[in-house]
Amino acid sequence: MANLLLSLMLVFLPLSFATVGGGQSALADIHRQVVEVHHWMTPAQFLDIFAIARMAPGPGSVLCTLIGWHVAGFWGALVATLSIIGPTALLAYGVAHVWARFGGARWQRAIESGLRPVATGMILAATYVLFRALEGGWAPRVVALASGALLLKTRVHPLLLLACGAAIVVMVHGNQIT
Amino acid sequence: MANALASRYLASRIEPRGCLLPGPLNRPSALQLFLAFTRITLTSFGGGLSGWLLREIVQNRKWVTEEEFLNGLSLSQALPGFNVTNLAIFLGYRLRGVWGAVAAVAGMVVPASMLVLVIAVGFASLADMPVTHSALEGAGAAAIGLSLAMGVTAAERVDRRAAPLAIMAATFVAVGILQWPLIWVLLGAGAVSVALSYARGV
Repeated sequence: MANLLLSLMLVFLPLSFATVGGGQSALADIHRQVVEVHHWMTPAQFLDIFAIARMAPGPGSVLCTLIGWHVAGFWGALVATLSIIGPTALLAYGVAHVWARFGGARWQRAIESGLRPVATGMILAATYVLFRALEGGWAPRVVALASGALLLKTRVHPLLLLACGAAIVVMVHGNQIT
Repeated sequence: MANALASRYLASRIEPRGCLLPGPLNRPSALQLFLAFTRITLTSFGGGLSGWLLREIVQNRKWVTEEEFLNGLSLSQALPGFNVTNLAIFLGYRLRGVWGAVAAVAGMVVPASMLVLVIAVGFASLADMPVTHSALEGAGAAAIGLSLAMGVTAAERVDRRAAPLAIMAATFVAVGILQWPLIWVLLGAGAVSVALSYARGV
């Protein structure tokens, strides 16, 4: 148990600093560590947890809460959540304190604009990794692409898309069974 | 998490300049901050949390001005960490110092973490039914659509110049296809990219 908690901490503490541009960018590596390195869950289980985290309200850290819960129960959830949030929370606090004093400095703008393409590459990579993890034939892939397109082109509420996605895949699979 | 979507949502809600009334802003207590962030977070089903924060903190409660909020948001996005928790820390600190920051981030994280466990336990009790897996897979697929839309929106904002586009593509290949450890990719590509931006003097 103590070993598991330590492993969780060692996975999530460094990843805390890798969540540049939002938690999404660390997703590919969380997936790699949890599924391939530590074999804590199968790709399908990871996708289930990802879906639950996405349906639930709150910050992206709830995904790590669920992983910790899956691996080591309550203490796992606590350790994983604190590990993914703690380091960057302290950093954000420090930066909130000093950033205003140097507002608009050249190095600040270089950091902001320099991180943008890196963060974007990471978000796209995470999307690609998750898309490849989809099982269950064509239906989930079509749902993923269609909901991406709808979100880009319309102002549809994301929760509605999640519900529709669930309904579509249930109907398609139901038809295949009968 | 869906920060690009959130900022699109948010951009659609920004009042024209001049609509903001300057003047003394209300200053909440740490407890009020905790409760406000809890309420906003727990009602943010389906993402777009920064959009909800803007509406409640700026437009309804008038705790900070829109400009301060947007400065905080861009700072939160530049920093590592979940954008919305960074933003909570930034706003909490701005309003109530260190205890404000603690109250805001705790209000955002603690109740949401407990709720997600309740939801997960609920799903686990339904796990033996095939329909549960199909439903989760469908919702997960739609959530990948959120991620896709966010990636495309972010890519649209990357400068149309060779260096940033090459860095974006190289990061995608290294993380997505070669599956290199993220933190080394970030340090390597980030250092090169920031140095180039600095040299360019943007």
